[in-house]
Amino acid sequence: MSWVRTEMALAQPAPTSERGPIAWVRKNLTGSVGDMVLTVLGIAIVAWILPQVINWAFINAQWTGPDRTVCATVAQGGIKPDGWSGACWAFVNAKFGQFMFGTYPVEERWRPILVAILFVALLVPMLMPRVPRKGLNAVLLFLVLPIVSFFLLIGGVFGLPHVETSRWGGLLVTLSLSFVGIAVSLPLGTVLALGRRSKMPIIKTLCVVFIETVRGIPLITVLFFVSVMLPLFLPEGVTFDKFLRALIGVSLFAAAYMAEVVRGGLQAIPKGQYEGADSLGLGYWQKMGLIVLPQALKLVIPGIVNTFIGMFKDTSLVLIISMFDLLGVVKQNFSDANWATPQTAKSGLVFAAFVFWLFCFGMSRYSMYTERRLDTGYKR
Amino acid sequence: MASQEILREEPSRGSFVNDPKVRSLFFQTLVVVLLFGAVWWIVQNVIDNLQRLHIASGFQFLRGRAGFDISDTPIAYTSDSTYGRAIIVGLLNTVIVAVAGIITATIIGFVIGIGRLSQNWLIRKICTVYVEIFRNIPPLLVIFFWYSGVLAVLPAPRESFHLPFGSFLNQRGFYFPRAVWGEGAWLILVALVVGIAMAWFVARAARQRQMATGQQFPVFWTSVALIAGLPLLAYVLSGFPLSFDFPKQSTFNLTGGFQVKPEFLSLYLALSCYTAAFIAEIVRAGIRGVSKGQTEAAAALGLRSGSILRLVVVPQAMRIVIPPLTSQYLNLTKNSSLAIAIGYPDLTATAGTVLNQTGQAVEGVLIMMIAYLVLSLVTSAVMNVVNARMALVER
Repeated sequence: MSWVRTEMALAQPAPTSERGPIAWVRKNLTGSVGDMVLTVLGIAIVAWILPQVINWAFINAQWTGPDRTVCATVAQGGIKPDGWSGACWAFVNAKFGQFMFGTYPVEERWRPILVAILFVALLVPMLMPRVPRKGLNAVLLFLVLPIVSFFLLIGGVFGLPHVETSRWGGLLVTLSLSFVGIAVSLPLGTVLALGRRSKMPIIKTLCVVFIETVRGIPLITVLFFVSVMLPLFLPEGVTFDKFLRALIGVSLFAAAYMAEVVRGGLQAIPKGQYEGADSLGLGYWQKMGLIVLPQALKLVIPGIVNTFIGMFKDTSLVLIISMFDLLGVVKQNFSDANWATPQTAKSGLVFAAFVFWLFCFGMSRYSMYTERRLDTGYKR
Repeated sequence: MASQEILREEPSRGSFVNDPKVRSLFFQTLVVVLLFGAVWWIVQNVIDNLQRLHIASGFQFLRGRAGFDISDTPIAYTSDSTYGRAIIVGLLNTVIVAVAGIITATIIGFVIGIGRLSQNWLIRKICTVYVEIFRNIPPLLVIFFWYSGVLAVLPAPRESFHLPFGSFLNQRGFYFPRAVWGEGAWLILVALVVGIAMAWFVARAARQRQMATGQQFPVFWTSVALIAGLPLLAYVLSGFPLSFDFPKQSTFNLTGGFQVKPEFLSLYLALSCYTAAFIAEIVRAGIRGVSKGQTEAAAALGLRSGSILRLVVVPQAMRIVIPPLTSQYLNLTKNSSLAIAIGYPDLTATAGTVLNQTGQAVEGVLIMMIAYLVLSLVTSAVMNVVNARMALVER
């Protein structure tokens, strides 16, 4: 006599020791003696830092005010009680326009704002995978927008007053430097990577020397190079705009790093793909453009975005050749006697850090999302 | 057979324009011609410009009197020293801050990286927050934060913070007791060297014995005893030749002791904190790259969890970790050039000053580039040796 079960046995709930918040705490916080020590240590760290940060940034912070007196203690010539320590957001508030646009004329600030709106309007559909017409969108974003923005920001045509690049500043400079850097360094880096893997010895050597030299020296040296040496390289009377020089420096620097990232992708493509393209009778550029690069670039998206993030952060270095990006403008304003208090520097820097962080974190999250979406399961 | 013969006799039936060899030769010649043209044009322009601006060329200027002061000088330097010596001082400062930063960043990075893999939820989250904050803000901003946000608002020397071991912290930097070596102090150094050498021999002998007989020897504690004990013994035997010069508070300033200037301190702290976030990610990836089967197999062999980590997981993780770790060390060295923003006299800052004073931009930038390239190559070479020792030994 045998008995066969005809229906599945219902799953029993997990034992009480394995579910609920208490089990979670036991598993994640107090698993062993060492764990408990670590938890106590962690709670101590959080309890020490978090209240200080919240107090400083929110509870004690001064949000509005006309000048330094609202952010200084009585001893420092202000109105706050002695021992007060809080963020001086009033400083950020008062200087917000400068942080965004530098010394761009106030009545002309609608121009950068319009560029920003156009940029967002083109970037958002570009980033959303479901929106169609990516090709047109890319042409608009990477070819039409830079040209339109150039004329819109510089002016001098269509009755727009001319605004010199030396008056640009703040986030405007940071974003335009990094956008042009990104738009130039990806194609240039790809060409350099192809050159490095080329079978022509002279081209290969040139690419290797360029890539390794640029990667071996700091960006500051490259910026020094373009700001001091470039004028010497040109015939008398020909000068480059300082902004353009910084652009060249940042783009060349990023291109060398990009080349190494792309090379990694090219090396990861199996030889069969190259040979398959050859056997179909495709030429070099067809082989690369249609078969190899689409696969290679897809493989290295995280590396490319990391290079973008690095470049975005590196644009802050242009302040060393006395250009004023976001960080440069913030730092410049520390010396404003109207706002000089012990809290000013900290508040301004925290604000700048938050803006940089927002952009970089956004980029890294988007790259993770794209990586998951493009993961076709061929990863080894 | 016949058709193959014909094919061999006629390798290319198309126009020679389509022959890859001809094309390759043509393009390379074109590139060389263009490059030489451009270089020749640039050189002509440079010569013209230099003559017009009355700037000398050549490296003679390195022997000239510098005439500017440097705040941190690891070797003797005055404003009467030569430009060449000023640049060497800068190079030494770069090396000092890079080495100190690399050591600290590695320690913080390993702690945070292992913390991100901890069983403990709270520790994991704290480490994640640290990494996500520091990875996403520019290093220059971190430097400014330490310099203008933290160190510049410390109290004046009169109200210095008192720290343990007779050290002080105020807005002029960090002061700690300076060691003063007396008569016979060289004996301690000799003892230290002898201790390290003996520890190395003991470790080798112990390893050979374990290979031969399977018996273990407490290498770690023996080494500690040798390396710490011998110098201590020498210290006692040579009659306590070490004393300390403590910093003392006077009316307006601190006198005596060893002062670490805020410029160095903020650069060092910022570079360490910033690079540590990247090292943490590398370490995490490395440890996760060791497959779980390895840990389980080691446990099945009866190893304890400490031994599993030390003998199985870490050696394999290091293989994944070392190459990207090298590039982080190189990044830190290159980022140390940000010193110029806060006035720490590193290579870029001193060479930049020299460049501005003499106007010899070509030579100045060339010196900077070569110095950084050499530093990068040395770091890579050292790390390659480490990597070769760690690499998988294959037959």
